[in-house]
Amino acid sequence: MAVVVILVLLAVGSVLFHLLSPWWWTPIASNWNYIDNTLIITFWITGVVFVAVVLFMAYCVLRFRHRPGNRAAYEPENRKLEGWLAGGTTLGVAAMLTPGLFVWHQFVTVPDGATEVEVVGQQWLWSFRLPGADGKLGTSETRDITPENSLGLNRNDAAALDDYVIEGGELHLEVGKPVKMLLRSVDVLHDFYVPEFRAKMDMVPGMVTYFWLTPTRTGTFEVLCAELCGVGHPQMRGTVVVDSAADYQAWLSQQQTFSQLQAKAGTKETAQAGNAAPAQ
Amino acid sequence: MVDIRHSTGEPIGAAEVEDVELYHPHSWWTRYVFSQDAKIIAVQYASTAIAIGMVALVLSWLMRLQLGFPGAFAFIDAERYYQFITMHGMIMVIYLLTALFLGGFGNYLIPLMLGARDMVFPYANMLSYWLYLLAVLVLVASFFAPGGPTGAGWTLYPPQAVLSGTPGGKDWGIILMLSSLILFIIGFTMGGLNYVVTVLQGRTRGMTLMRMPLTVWGIFTATVMALLAFPALFVACVMMLFDRVLGTSFFMPAIVEMGEQLQHGGGSPILFQHLFWFFGHPEVYIVALPAFGIVSDLISTHARKNIFGYRMMVWAIVIIGALSFIVWAHHMYVSGMNPYFGFFFATTTLIIAVPTAIKVYNWVLTLWRGDIHLTLPMLFALAFIVTFVNGGLTGLFLGNVVVDVPLSDTMFVVAHFHMVMGVAPILVIFGAIYHWYPKITGRMLNEVMGQIHFWVTFVGAYLIFFPMHYLGLIGMPRRYYEMGETAFVPASAHTLNEFITIMALVVGAAQLLFLFNLIWSIRHGREAGGNPWRATTLEWQTPETPPRHGNWKELPVVYRWPYDYSVPGAAEDFIPQNQPGSAGHAPEGAS
Amino acid sequence: MNVTLILLAVILTIAGWWLSRQRLFSKPWLEVGHAFDPRPDGRPSIPPAKIGLGVFLAVVAALFSLFISAYFMRMASTDWWSTPMPKVLWLNTAILGLGSLLLHAARVTAERHRDEASRTALIAALAAGLAFLAGQVFAWRELTDAGFLIADNPANSFFYMISGMHGLHILGGLFALTRVIVRTRAGPMDERAVLSITLCATYWHFMLAVWLVLFALFSGWANDFVELCRQLLT
Ligand code: HEM
Ligand SMILES: [Cu+2]
Ligand SMILES: [Cu+2]
Repeated sequence: MAVVVILVLLAVGSVLFHLLSPWWWTPIASNWNYIDNTLIITFWITGVVFVAVVLFMAYCVLRFRHRPGNRAAYEPENRKLEGWLAGGTTLGVAAMLTPGLFVWHQFVTVPDGATEVEVVGQQWLWSFRLPGADGKLGTSETRDITPENSLGLNRNDAAALDDYVIEGGELHLEVGKPVKMLLRSVDVLHDFYVPEFRAKMDMVPGMVTYFWLTPTRTGTFEVLCAELCGVGHPQMRGTVVVDSAADYQAWLSQQQTFSQLQAKAGTKETAQAGNAAPAQ
Repeated sequence: MVDIRHSTGEPIGAAEVEDVELYHPHSWWTRYVFSQDAKIIAVQYASTAIAIGMVALVLSWLMRLQLGFPGAFAFIDAERYYQFITMHGMIMVIYLLTALFLGGFGNYLIPLMLGARDMVFPYANMLSYWLYLLAVLVLVASFFAPGGPTGAGWTLYPPQAVLSGTPGGKDWGIILMLSSLILFIIGFTMGGLNYVVTVLQGRTRGMTLMRMPLTVWGIFTATVMALLAFPALFVACVMMLFDRVLGTSFFMPAIVEMGEQLQHGGGSPILFQHLFWFFGHPEVYIVALPAFGIVSDLISTHARKNIFGYRMMVWAIVIIGALSFIVWAHHMYVSGMNPYFGFFFATTTLIIAVPTAIKVYNWVLTLWRGDIHLTLPMLFALAFIVTFVNGGLTGLFLGNVVVDVPLSDTMFVVAHFHMVMGVAPILVIFGAIYHWYPKITGRMLNEVMGQIHFWVTFVGAYLIFFPMHYLGLIGMPRRYYEMGETAFVPASAHTLNEFITIMALVVGAAQLLFLFNLIWSIRHGREAGGNPWRATTLEWQTPETPPRHGNWKELPVVYRWPYDYSVPGAAEDFIPQNQPGSAGHAPEGAS
Repeated sequence: MNVTLILLAVILTIAGWWLSRQRLFSKPWLEVGHAFDPRPDGRPSIPPAKIGLGVFLAVVAALFSLFISAYFMRMASTDWWSTPMPKVLWLNTAILGLGSLLLHAARVTAERHRDEASRTALIAALAAGLAFLAGQVFAWRELTDAGFLIADNPANSFFYMISGMHGLHILGGLFALTRVIVRTRAGPMDERAVLSITLCATYWHFMLAVWLVLFALFSGWANDFVELCRQLLT
């Protein structure tokens, strides 16, 4: 009998926990409320099934538990009932899958006007790159990475020279503007994850992955790494700030381009070389 | 020759199946250690699996201590934490669950349930166990190797797994892990061939496929799947070993590690993921299908009712087995593979939900109008249904590609797979041990200890893993040594983490009680007799309990399906499979 | 993973065909009695060892198909230069084929009770197997001497790895063959001996087939073939 009580408590308790507990997702800051909606549909459908199955079990145990003289019924199968149940399940599954696939189609279709932003992961640091005046990101190659050129940009590519490079700093995005995040890693797998954006994607060395979003409210959000990348994995944090258009422009004007960074590194290098020369 | 009559009236001989030539042990060593008797091998497999499983359990406590009380235990540093996580996951999935279900229950139950004297290739069967033991020893050795075991996570994703930012990556850890897996797979293949061929060839007279207990169906299908899926892990392991030891670049692209250019180039980390999950997804069902089968038999026996929709149950097992080879990339929705694969794999994944749901319905419908004995095996079976339904339903979140995007790699995933392939199969294992222990030892397990064990384990495990989903929903990533100060994680979530840790310790303690019960009852348990549950299947009809080498004096002949419980008109509420005649049975139309 | 999926489809078709003959649609609860067993006298008609070997070969096929799948997937990368095939591989292929023929001969002669001829053929087959392995090692040496090292290029890596894996399977086969030779040395070639020889021969034919596929793959013909299929499809 204890089983019956526990089963009922468990079903009811789970629902109450879901409804009353303070633990729920963080308020969304991107256009992906479609994902949240699909999730809610899924919660409803699965929740009903869970409660129904557990309560039915509890009822069976209560009603048909062994008492002296009882004998079970003999019923090998019931095609009609099984048919109905299978049909109902198929419908429920379709009700979850169909909206899911529609939203996925949106997720993988980047709108035409999206600006490109590059995120580069390395153990255990985030770097970012924004297109310069030409609106295009230049090419890059992991092989070209040097201490002065930590993202491996192509020095001979004009499109790369005016790119803004943000090493280990904050990324700013403009509210309401769709962005395509191009993701790249120079060492191991990482995963660019901002809980408020809902979207995430692995960063794989040797290839460029992507996802897109439109930030929908301003604020400062934490970036986490969501793919195990070694002992520093939990410390690999970054910051994304979603700005209004004016704030965004103000911030962008303070960023340094690749050629500026190169020039700076170059002067430092020559200075160092100059200092070192007499000693030799 | 026993003269018996079957329903159509002709007398037939008992054993017209050729007897297997049995190896006859000459000494204590060949009888109990290098034994070729499937039952002894089963016990060897099971004890080894439980022993190494205890290690995994202790590791889970240590991890939970760190997560619940970050920094309180100085010796759990980040490196150790990742080593614990990896060993815990790998041991639980491969060395405990796979070995216990297939090597343990498979070896014990297949020959007995099918009326065979032994497996068809007893020598290979013995080798299988010793290779498994060797694999376990190599795995354990990595704890003592310089640099310790690997900390790459049980998925062992390269390039991280073989680089120095990961514990064991540039030391012995990863090498020993890969070697151990390779040994395990070779050993498993030897055992697996046995299980499959014994089902195909070793069945006694009258044991048609549609008269096999669902336990055998589950183990059989799972073994076929494992035989075809493990090669993918084997290939992945060999290639990664080459990358690590010989400097090849199968999985290694150009990499700058901590500012230093490595020699590798051009390799594809995603290739590894495809190979790994081509094995990894079927692996979930390799663990689940035997559990499905066993739980069907537990429910039917202890509810004294035939399993509802036997044919559907068989078809569902076969269909699930086949489909599970074309869903693997649902583990890779956010891996950076071609995003258009998402449409295909989400669809196939959700299609599998239908046969799986049918199985659940049939379990609960078996309870309907049953005569439910709330024995320990029955309790565990009920608990299994609850946790499996819970975990299966959250699987619909993760399988539905777009819903997976926010949830993947969060604690939601951890909660989901623990529910569905951690807790649920483990509950079946417990139920099965309470059920078959009397056959293995001749004595019952202690009931009081069993009740305590059941309640703590079931309720405790649910309390651990149900709230954990919500941590994932908040956005807590998995495999985090510590959350630290994170703006979107409320302080109350840390309290929840403490609660989960305490529950984990309590549940763990209950397992110690179970272990004690296992040992204590060998001598002090109540005498069980040959068929304490009044069950129909052949293993309960052996002339001796525990069955001796060779199982039968004369091979049994099977006259009916395994679920003749509460047949109308029959004197008893069960008719063993080897009982001839139509006692009380009114065969409609057939025969 | 296409190669593997095609193989799996084949295996599943065979399994499905077999299952379809097992009365999976019957209603077992209506059938009481022993007369429903489709096996004559409830006895399997094929010796378990043969079935066992068949299942094992399916596993081996899955293994190599996965290696081949990985090969094709890795080949898509830009850093791929095919490895030149040493001429001696042709000779090795011929020797492996010869081993197959010899084992076939051993089986036929054993069935006809020409025991001595059979024993000779077995030993010759063993020698052929050893010669094949030696030849493979020779081919490796030739490649490394020519500067095609294992870690230089993925095509090299795959060549060494997969041919090595094939060699290990041949080595395993040679152990089994040796056992058969030792076992059949004394007594007459009875039914058991014939069975063992048949198993060895089947295994050898299979490994020959695997090698032919691999050889085609390494030489690049397989790519042309796959390319052709692709063009036919589009
Ligand atoms: C009371 C029992 C158990 C507890 C308390 C427990 C606890 C944990 C914890 C804390 C983690 C790390 C989660 C994270 O932060 O990523 C983990 C991971 C894992 N556990 Fe368990 N576990 C238990 C039983 C099991 C069982 C029975 C299985 C069998 C399938 C299992 C399989 C795994 C796997 C595969 C991982 C993932 C390892 C990885 O991320 O590489 N666990 N477990
Ligand atoms: Cu990271
Ligand atoms: Cu899966």
